[in-house]
Amino acid sequence: MQIDRRLIAHFDWTLLSLTLALTLLGILTIHSATYSITEEQASGLASKQFYWLMMGMVALLGSLALDYHHLDRLAYPFYGIVLLLLFLVLFIGSTGGGSQRWINLGFFTLQPSEPAKLATVMVLAKYLQYDEPRGGYRLRDLWFPFLFVAPLILLTLVQPDLGTAVILVFVLLSILLIGGLRLRSFLYMVGAGMAFCPIAWHFLKPYQKKRILTFLNPDLDPLGAGYHVIQSKIAIGSGRWLGKGYLKGTQNQLDFLPAQHTDFVFSVFAEEWGFLGCLILLALYFALMAFCLRVVVRGRDRFGSLLVLGIVTIFFWQVVINVAMVTGVLPVVGIPLPLLSYGGSSLLSMMVGIGLVMNVNMRRFTF
Amino acid sequence: MLSLTFRKEVDPEFRRRAELLIVLASVIFLFLVGRLFFLQMVQGERFTYLSENNRIRLKKIPGTRGMVFDRRGQLLVDSRPSFDLLFVPEDATDPELTLRSLARFLGRDEGELLKLLDQNKARSPFEEIVVGRDVDWRSVVTVETHQLDLPGVNLRIRPRRSYLLNAMAAHLLGYLGEIGPKQLTSLKTRGYGMGDEIGQFGLERRWEEFLRGRNGGQQVEVNAMGQRVRVLHEVEDVPGSSVFLTLDRDLQETAGEAMQGKDGALVALDVNNGAILAMVSNPAFDPNAFARGITTEEWRGLNRDRLHPLNNRAVQGTFPPGSTFKIVLAIAALEEGVIQPDTPLMCHGSMAFGNRVFRDWKKEGHGAVDLHRGIVESCDVYFYQLGQRIGIDRIAKYARLLGLGEKTGVGLDDERTGIIPDSEWKMKRFGQPWFPGETPSASIGQGYVNVTPLQMANLIATVANGGTLYRPWFVRRVESLDGALIHEYGPEKIRSLNLKESTLQYVRSALRDVVNTGPGTGGRARSTVIQIGGKTGTAQVAEMRGNYVKNEQLSYLLRDHAWFVAFAPVDHPEIAVATLVEHGGHGGSAAAPLAKKVIEKYFSLKNHPSDQQLASKPGESGAN
Repeated sequence: MQIDRRLIAHFDWTLLSLTLALTLLGILTIHSATYSITEEQASGLASKQFYWLMMGMVALLGSLALDYHHLDRLAYPFYGIVLLLLFLVLFIGSTGGGSQRWINLGFFTLQPSEPAKLATVMVLAKYLQYDEPRGGYRLRDLWFPFLFVAPLILLTLVQPDLGTAVILVFVLLSILLIGGLRLRSFLYMVGAGMAFCPIAWHFLKPYQKKRILTFLNPDLDPLGAGYHVIQSKIAIGSGRWLGKGYLKGTQNQLDFLPAQHTDFVFSVFAEEWGFLGCLILLALYFALMAFCLRVVVRGRDRFGSLLVLGIVTIFFWQVVINVAMVTGVLPVVGIPLPLLSYGGSSLLSMMVGIGLVMNVNMRRFTF
Repeated sequence: MLSLTFRKEVDPEFRRRAELLIVLASVIFLFLVGRLFFLQMVQGERFTYLSENNRIRLKKIPGTRGMVFDRRGQLLVDSRPSFDLLFVPEDATDPELTLRSLARFLGRDEGELLKLLDQNKARSPFEEIVVGRDVDWRSVVTVETHQLDLPGVNLRIRPRRSYLLNAMAAHLLGYLGEIGPKQLTSLKTRGYGMGDEIGQFGLERRWEEFLRGRNGGQQVEVNAMGQRVRVLHEVEDVPGSSVFLTLDRDLQETAGEAMQGKDGALVALDVNNGAILAMVSNPAFDPNAFARGITTEEWRGLNRDRLHPLNNRAVQGTFPPGSTFKIVLAIAALEEGVIQPDTPLMCHGSMAFGNRVFRDWKKEGHGAVDLHRGIVESCDVYFYQLGQRIGIDRIAKYARLLGLGEKTGVGLDDERTGIIPDSEWKMKRFGQPWFPGETPSASIGQGYVNVTPLQMANLIATVANGGTLYRPWFVRRVESLDGALIHEYGPEKIRSLNLKESTLQYVRSALRDVVNTGPGTGGRARSTVIQIGGKTGTAQVAEMRGNYVKNEQLSYLLRDHAWFVAFAPVDHPEIAVATLVEHGGHGGSAAAPLAKKVIEKYFSLKNHPSDQQLASKPGESGAN
């Protein structure tokens, strides 16, 4: 494929720098999180994440190459593959931490729930790209996207991966709302969802119920389910203004923190870099999202804007829920911090997402 | 590409909603920043404290208690390392499996170990369960070698008090016990903590201040599993000071052996300074049992025993002195000049006074008896009459001068005063005047008269040394572990009696003849090695009105107490001994031989330094 000169002129260095900055901060923090003070060395996870960053760069550049308008036709096949993988994971998935989420591909264990977020965005963008009806969509206009997203949500729920399911719901609602859903219809949906909650409660695993109960009162079981939240708050709080210093977070180094390199990577960061570090980190995220939202606003067509919007919402909700969860504002549901948490599938799909945003941004000048 | 030309443009409505999303995102991010500000800036201090608390454990290292040596530097009390076997169920993946393996390795009952889990249900997480205290070397080695099969099983090293003489010097040395809640509140400021051992009796209690080691400690950083990662800060423990006693280990052993199987007390003093050379009280207890961790049953047993083995009879037991009290009367008579020593008084075997008849121990009587014979043959009738002439108040005066009826101030627990009756005492106690008919009993150390064995030892020492009453003492000096002198103690005069030299000489020669002449009552103390002087005493426990009953026919608790107070050598006295054998019968037969054994041992130790070497046997340990 021939690359237009204008595309290179509009290559989005800012977005790339923000992405790289966040990912490198992540690798640094993963190094600290997996560092063993007694053996004075880290496990290989930080360098592994670095390889994923390299792969991610390839994927990012790859997703730039093809004009995003072709995704209109690729959306359903991509969705189909993801759905198939999510089905497969039920049967041949490998188990870890009490749930079955991964498919072992030999060189790589794939977590299909990560690309499922992208698939949701693509399908929704494809469906909502046409002019919205007068006064906005009503629920009956949207049975088609619901039909597409519902199996993804259900399949992640049964793994169980409550975190991804929650993100999918939030992403779906966000895109629909901004894509033109009537406010009244939205409220109907929320109402119906609330009514569904007590039923859903019965389908939750005991450990998930326990987490929600201990979220409401962490002191209920300080050495059990409430332990993670309390230890995470201690880690973050004890970081104070400037933090304890890199590799010097005692909560982290002495393993008081759970899932240090994945879901609780923010706590590790906050303990070692303090409030100032957190401000910088959140500012980076905010800049990244604000930048993407500018692309949404400036977009030349609905499909591109919806695509970017969807990716922004994936970022936004994951960052917000993850930080809220480790600071004890929301119950622990297992959501990684995009670009920072360890995990190849997550990093790859996030970087593909960034690639798509850049793709849309570069091509708004071409006709 | 055709499709590209028909794509839908973004309408302004959509743009407006997307811009709203920026506002929403800003608000939510601000909220998160606020939350972080609250946790890190507002509550940062609290969380810092919590994180320190999380990772830092304080580990106490008990300070080693000071050693105790005898007058010749022989070890009496040691602190040896001991091992306690601990189990932390949280550190084991399968606590029951670990305990089963442990039971197998140590050959202990499986069920008994498993019961520990139930018994300790209320403990806090990671608190250790004590599986065994002071376990033997075989168990230590077994546990060390099978460490991998025994997750959660630990050994804790702890200094353990070891009393090399076992029960033989129990009452003087005392014992340790875990600090009680009341003691803890009053002593907290002096560095005592929960679970610390503290002297509860005897030397251990009285000299606690010097003997105690100061606890050291480690601030240990632990990880979330409670495993030790590194030591952050260490405070060295300070071992207690060494205490050197006036006691002689070999003499104490001889005294203990002599008293074996008998109840009562034996005290040996250095005549010339009041230092305690030996002190035995029977029945005794084994202070090692307290060091090991005494069981409730053992403690209850010791407390309920009607013979009160925990009491130090040498200072806590009061007994009528019997005929040993005649020494007091002899001194009073000579000092007050109430009788010429060679004036004889008649003894027909009894004396009537008022409506009572006072008997002599010798039914047929002694005939004409002067003071010397009165003492040598212990003629009761002579002293009944002498007592009448002196009068109770003057008897009491001399008794008190000689240290009876007052605490010696030796510094041992619950020392008793004893009773020296006089008319004032009688009035105070019973609101009655003293009746002359009460004097004869008092004159032979019966009736109200009550003394402790230590008082009697001090009395005979005072007679022997020419009239100086010293306060009995037993700690010569205190040294730090590296040998630096901390305190040195010496004799303390309570008073000089200012008696006529002739008085004491007269009494001493009579006491010599008690032991060394044919009719003397103390013949069983006669020694071929050294000349001993002394006085027997047989104190009645039950009054035998008008009947002579053989002591052997009485039930044990009604039998007479046997006394013997002695000193040697008669010419230049060095050692004084008081022996009391409870319900032992006649002083001459039951108590005198014991005193002789101790005195002979004293001189053999003194005259044969090679014996000392033999006797000290360095490294010997009587403890187990």
